[in-house]
Order: sequence, then C-alpha cells, then structure tokens
Amino acid sequence: MTTYEGVIGLEVHAELETESKMFCSCAVVDSTSATPNTHVCPVCLGMPGVLPVINRQAIEFGLMVGLALNCEIPEFSQFARKSYFYPDLPKGYQISQYEFPLAINGWLEIDLPDGSTKRVHIRRAHLEEDAGKLTHEGDHSLVDLNRAGVPLLEIVSEADIHTADEAEAYARKLRAILRYLGVNSGDMSKGVLRMEPNISVRPVGSDELRTRTEIKNLNSIRSVTRGSAYEIERQSAVYESGGTVQQATMGWDEARQLTVVQRYKETAEDYRYFPEPDLPVLNVSREWVEEMRANLPELPDAKRDRFISEYGLSRYDASVLVAERAVAEYYEAALNAGGDPKQVANYITGDVFRQMNTEGRDRDDIGVIKLTPTALAALVTLVQNGTINHNIAKKLLEALYAEGGDPVQLVERQGLAQVSDTDVLSQAVAAVLDEHPDEVTRYLGGEEKLIKFLMGMVMRAMRGKADAQIVQGLLVEQLDARRT
Amino acid sequence: MLTDLTLTDAQEKLRSGAITSVELTQQHLERIQTIDPDVKAYLTLTENQALAAADQADQRRQQGDDTPLLGIPLAIKDVLMTKAVQTTCGSRILEGFLPPYTGTAVQNLFDMGVVMLGKTNVDEFAMGSSTENSGYGVTHNPWDLDRVPGGSSGGSAAAVAAHMALGALGTDTGGSVRQPGSFCGVCALKPSYGRVSRYGLIAFASSLDQIGVFGRTVEDMAVLLGAIAGHDPRDSTSMDLPVPDYRAGLTGDVHGLRVGVPKEYFIEGIQPEVEQTIRAAIDQFVTLGADIREITLPHTDYALPTYYLIAPAEASANLARFDGVRYGPRQSQGAMWPTYKATRGQGFGAEVKRRIMLGTYALSAGYYDAYYLKAQKVRTLIRQDFDRAFEAVDIILSPTAPTTAFRIGEKVDDPLQMYLSDVFTLPANLAGIVGASIPCGFDRAGLPIGLQIMGPAFDEPTVLRAAHAYQHATDWHTRRPTL
Repeated sequence: MTTYEGVIGLEVHAELETESKMFCSCAVVDSTSATPNTHVCPVCLGMPGVLPVINRQAIEFGLMVGLALNCEIPEFSQFARKSYFYPDLPKGYQISQYEFPLAINGWLEIDLPDGSTKRVHIRRAHLEEDAGKLTHEGDHSLVDLNRAGVPLLEIVSEADIHTADEAEAYARKLRAILRYLGVNSGDMSKGVLRMEPNISVRPVGSDELRTRTEIKNLNSIRSVTRGSAYEIERQSAVYESGGTVQQATMGWDEARQLTVVQRYKETAEDYRYFPEPDLPVLNVSREWVEEMRANLPELPDAKRDRFISEYGLSRYDASVLVAERAVAEYYEAALNAGGDPKQVANYITGDVFRQMNTEGRDRDDIGVIKLTPTALAALVTLVQNGTINHNIAKKLLEALYAEGGDPVQLVERQGLAQVSDTDVLSQAVAAVLDEHPDEVTRYLGGEEKLIKFLMGMVMRAMRGKADAQIVQGLLVEQLDARRT
Repeated sequence: MLTDLTLTDAQEKLRSGAITSVELTQQHLERIQTIDPDVKAYLTLTENQALAAADQADQRRQQGDDTPLLGIPLAIKDVLMTKAVQTTCGSRILEGFLPPYTGTAVQNLFDMGVVMLGKTNVDEFAMGSSTENSGYGVTHNPWDLDRVPGGSSGGSAAAVAAHMALGALGTDTGGSVRQPGSFCGVCALKPSYGRVSRYGLIAFASSLDQIGVFGRTVEDMAVLLGAIAGHDPRDSTSMDLPVPDYRAGLTGDVHGLRVGVPKEYFIEGIQPEVEQTIRAAIDQFVTLGADIREITLPHTDYALPTYYLIAPAEASANLARFDGVRYGPRQSQGAMWPTYKATRGQGFGAEVKRRIMLGTYALSAGYYDAYYLKAQKVRTLIRQDFDRAFEAVDIILSPTAPTTAFRIGEKVDDPLQMYLSDVFTLPANLAGIVGASIPCGFDRAGLPIGLQIMGPAFDEPTVLRAAHAYQHATDWHTRRPTL
C-alpha cells in the first residue's frame, strides 16, 4: 500500500476593517446583521457614470499584512478589472489586483503540535473589492450590496503545506497576525475571514503535482483542519483503489463532516483581466513602506520570544499566551500590577481559561471578564506571601470571575486568611486525633495514607483556612508522639 | 430673437438687465417647439425644470449674484447623469432610467445657475458618428434635414446650430464632439484627458472619454470650458492643475505661433472641397502671422485599428453593468442566464453588440497580448508622435473629418466606412491631447466644413487663442442654417 501526503495551498480572503469601503465612502458594516442595502451609494451599486477612488487606509492595512508576512512590497502596484456576470457583482467586473499585487514572496513560520516549526511561503497578497450577498428564497433571489465594495485582501500561500495539522497551524497563525494588526476580527462564522485550501495528494517522497480540488465554505479553523484531513484521505483512497481525482470545487458539509462536490471544473474561466483605466497606477514609495513597518505592533512570534526571555516562561506557555493579542495584553497588564510572571501565566492558562470555557467565552474576550488583571495579580501575591492557601485561592478566583472585586478586601471581609498560628493549629490537630482513635491506631499500624484523611478533618475543622504545610508537620509530630 | 444671441452676448444682456433668464429660456423653449420636430435634437425636454431654474436665476441676479453662467440655457448630452431626469445614453436598456445623482460637470453648471433645457440625442452609448445608432431615432442636420448631424454628440451639435440652445455639453471618445461640430457648423472642443471630471459621464471607453463643449463662438466655448474644468476628488484621472481664465487668453494674436500641418492628414479619399477649404484656412493663419510648417505624425495610419481595439475592450467591461438587476428594463425569463441574455439582447442595439463582441474578443485569454496589449503599445507610439511634433510646433491644423455631413442611411450598413469619419479625430483621444473644431467654410452643397486644431495636453489656452484669432478674422461661424 502506498503512503500519500497532502499538497496544500491556502487561499485566504480577509475583509479589511477599514472605516469606508475600498472605492467609495460607504461604511464597512457587519453584513450579517445590517439591514440589507442600507450602506450603499451610486459607486458601490455600480450606477452608470460612477468612478472608483482608492481608499488609502485599505492600502495601508494591506501593506501592514504584507510586511507582517515578510513579503516584498513592489514599488509599482496596479488594479485590474476581472470580468464575470453575477447578480452580486454590480459592475459586472471586480476591481482586483492581478499582474502587479501589493505584496509578494513572503513567508510565515508555523508552530506544529510536536513543538517544531516550519516556514510556509506566501506567493502574494493583493487587494480587491468584495461582492454582495445573495439570498435564495423559493424561486427568486435577493441581492444585498452592503458588502459590495468592502476591501478584501487575498493572501495566497505556496503549496508548502502537507498535513491537516500544518494547514491548521497556518490558519491559526495567519488569523492571529490579522487580529494583532487590528485589520480583521478573524470571525470566520461571519465570513469576514474565508479560507479555501486547494488540495492534492501524492506518494510520499515524490515531487509530482496531481489534480487538485478546492474546498469552500469552511466557517471555522476546525473545519479547515477536518476538511483538509478528509480530502487527503478521500483522494488517497481514490488513488489506492485505482481511480483518478477529478478537478472540482468541493463544499464542506459541516453536519456530516465530509466534502461534497459543488461543481467540476472542466474549463478554466476567462476573466478577461485588463488594467483598470479609471485608476492611476499605485506607486508605493519606500518611505511609505518604512513608515508602515515602523508602525507595526509586536507580532505573536516576537512577543512569544520576549515572554520566554523576559519572564522565563516555557515556550508552550508563552505560545498559549500570545496566540490571542487580548490574552497577551491581559497577561502583561497583570504583570504591571505586580503579579509574578510564572504564577500569573499558570493561573491564566489554568483556572482563568477553565472558567471562560465553562462560560463558553472565547479567549479573546479575556479583556472584558470581571476578574481584572489587577485582581489576578493581587490574588497571586496573596498566595505567594502565604496569606491564603491554594484551595482558598481557587474559590476566590471563582468568586472574582463571577462577581469581580478586590481579592484583598474579600479575604479580609470574609476572614479567608490562612491560619498559621501553631498553637491554634496544634489544638485543632490534637482534637481531631482525639476524635478518631481508630484511624490513629491504623496509621500507627502502618496505614500511612490515612494521614490524608486526618489532614482533611483538620482542614474541615479550620474551614479550609489552615496553612496546610504547618498542619502536615504537626500531624506527623503528634502522631509520632502517640506511639507507645 | 434672443435665440440668435451668442452665449457671451446673452451674458452681457442678462447682466445689464436688458433681458431676463425667463425670457431667454422661454424663447428657446418656443424655438424648440417649432424647430425640433424636424431636427429631433432633444430626447427629453425639461421645460418646467428649465423655467423654474430661470426664475431662480433671475431672483439670484436681483439679489446681486453675478455668477458668469447664471441663467444661461444649455443643452446636455444624454450620456451625462442628471438626477431624476431620464438619462438613456440613447439606449433602450436605460429606457425610463432616472439617475440618483448628477455628475460633477453638470452639477458645476447647475451650481452656477445654468438652465438645462433638456437632454440631447446620441448614438447609443456614444458609439457612432451619425446619431443613427440612437435607440430613439435619428437627429437631422439643421443645414440639410436629409443628412446626419454627425455623432455621437449629434443632438447637442444640432441644438446649438439650430439656435435651440446657447451652448451644449457633449462627450468625445474618438471625435464625438469635433466631428458633429464640423458637420453642423459650430465650435466644438475636446479638452485634454483629465481636464474635466468624468464622474457622471456614462463610460464608453474610460481611458479615452472626455466631456467637451459646443458653442457658436470660440469665446462661448472658453466660458463653458472654464465652468466645467478642474480636479474632482471623485475622478482619480482628473488632474489637479489650476484652471486658467480661458476667455482672458483670447488675445486675437497668433503672430509667430508655430503651426504644424501633418502630411498624414491629407490623404486619398478626403473630399476635395474639404482639402481646399482647409488649405485656405491654413493660408489665413499665414496671413495672421503664424509660422506654418509641414510635420509628420508617422503612426497616424495605426490610430483607427488601435482605437477599435482599446475602445471596444474598455466598453465590453463598462457595459457589463447593464444587466437589468438594479436598473433599466428587465426581460425576466425566470432563470438568471436567460434573463441576462434577454435583457441585454433586447436592450442593446447592433453597433453596441458589435463593439462588445470586438472588445470581449480582444481581451480574451490567448488574444490579449496580440490585440489589447499590442494596441496599448501602438498607442504609446502615437502619443510619442505628438510629443515630438509639439517640440517643434504649438498647434496642429487638419481637417476635422474627411467629408461633410453624409446622407441619413448612407453608411449604416457599412461600419468600416462609418468608422472612417473619425479617422482625423481619434488620434487626439489616444494621445490625451486637446482637439477643437471650428467652422472654416462650406462645400458646394452648402454644408459646413470644420478645421481641427490640436494642441498639447493641458494647453487649451493656446488652442482657444488660435481658434479665436481665426474666427476674429473670418465670418464662417456667423452663418446659420435656414430652418
């Protein structure tokens, strides 16, 4: 049996969250919620006589992404017309970059599950305008052009990706970068970020390129992973049974978790591209590029490396913290409030994420939870200086997550501070041992694990606030004293 | 008759209070009622709107407003978008279309208090040289109603020639203001590409289209051009250059002006009376003290084929939006593709379909390099011809068209013969330079002949100065058709 590997390239369409559309002054709005056709004007409706005007902010967003993806930015860039008829395309052509894209020849380093990294090459990133949306109802279709003309950046990778895990890592890293740059929300379910893998397979070790298929309507990163895995498996099975793969556009069926053929591509479409005569060529000055480069925020990889060197975090913890810009910002805010770097990291990746999962919140919502970075820092400090123990800390964190507030005040008001007074604890230990003579005898007879039960009894008597280490010491000491 | 005034005379009379805009407008509307059933220059008359605008202009003037074009009645070519006033482009595919906005050039005129009398007939989507391609009937030449007025701005040219407007806006993609200007015996100017905003001009060929003006004198054109020229942030191809006072530059003096006469523009097939008349006009420039030189524009022969690749290619994309989805009549057939086919199949006329097919072919995969890209390279050579010529001369003189107005129906079945009407005007569009046409004589049948004056990009002042000096010394422009 032949072993096959995938050959995957990813085509990603990211709407740019500029204030206005690509070629007119209409606002860019959430097209899944806005009333249809309320953010339109003669230009984006494709009325006769209108002309496009390039949105400078869209170019700048595009440049930022290009630079973040380590691309070359050519000095000369140009828009073209891509012609095809469809009711969601008002002009009958899409203004898109073709021969001269904004950014070329970049790469993105992806992190794989085994801890290794890999560079995926970026062929190009170019600007274009989005189309509108069609809704099919019975025997007719409705056209909503709110989305028509929204700036779209198409980012095309080389076919460097060989597994579904790599496709997922690429998708996650790219999404994180777009979100770090503040140019795209990354919300795939709303369609503002659309990823289309094109996939073929070949025997491992070969360098041939076989017929590929393209998967559309993937509305989450998970579906990118599963769709890619499914398609690799399907194509491998086709070849294994002596068949051939047909070039096709596949759709991802989320309910059944499989790909289905949408249409076979027998002939390449002819879009009759030619340079857009209504727009001047775009000269991207080196000064402009450098200005954009200087304005780039710290990106995930750089932040991860800094977290490792500056805060002594493990690569794993650092990667988890930087995966979302909001989490990284929350983390550093807690450090600024005086929290211990390692302990804060542990609490965020442990208890805080657990609470958020339970509540069904996304990690990028961390900035709005009631447990503030300052409160988390204070909580960590209370544990570290022995004011509260870990159990109390856990309960306190739950309370702060649910209600908010200042942990120091809560500890005082509710009397949660740890009891470390040896006299008090000594009396409590003695009382427990007196109440449980059987367990004491069995312990002394060699059943040493019973010390945990006795510990629990002391803690219960102290309502959880006893300093566990001191209690442990006292128990051993007093039990020893009871040997005859 | 107030309709016999020139635009600048009317300006003076309005300013002095000798006439009102309402009187001026009413007399124009009356003349249109009398004459236009024969000429058919207008597709849409906007009488009520015109009278209201005239009344408003008179009130503004009473309050001391002295905006130059305040209260002046003009005609507007029906390819220019006018809010809530039917704009068809001469096409059935836009029948009943009421635009949601007014284009920049027309809005500038409205802001100055211009009175729009109506929208004038055109070849469908400005594709043609006779207005015979209009979906709404042909316009007749005021000098001989059996003849065409030229095109595509034939309605505007005829309206000005027949005193149904003091001036007019047209558009020129390959000669569409100059050639009808020549056929109808009026002054016409195609400004440099980028001089006037194209926002609101329904695109035929985006890299060639430019709004132009018609007047009965060069002075009238200078005033109109000044009103519509300038940068528009809505048109990225409009140039951000200052607008000179064109009228102030009309000194009447062409002493020492270097005038080029390109040998490639005096070719076989040119009507002999046209050549004789143009030669006489050139002699007139000698008399005025200009310095005449023969020049060469070696790639002139390629202008026509180059134009007929580039213009249709751009048109094939520009006209894709007319699909019946958002505006215009929809020929619903249930499913999407049959509806598209029926809407466009019934909405577009034969010439428009022919050019969409030509352009689609020129842009198709496998043909793009051989046709569209090659044509762009030749276009550069044609532009370089003019660049070199304008190192040695200030303006270039030539016939505007090889013939005078032809008979209605004479060329409709022969598109290539029709295309040749624009052989002398196309190069200026390909090069983006200035081109004007002014009356310079008549043939034996009494039909007007136009002299084309070309000048470097953005040197409208020199072209206008030369045209005005010629007009100052001659009286061809004062002759009017009898209707």
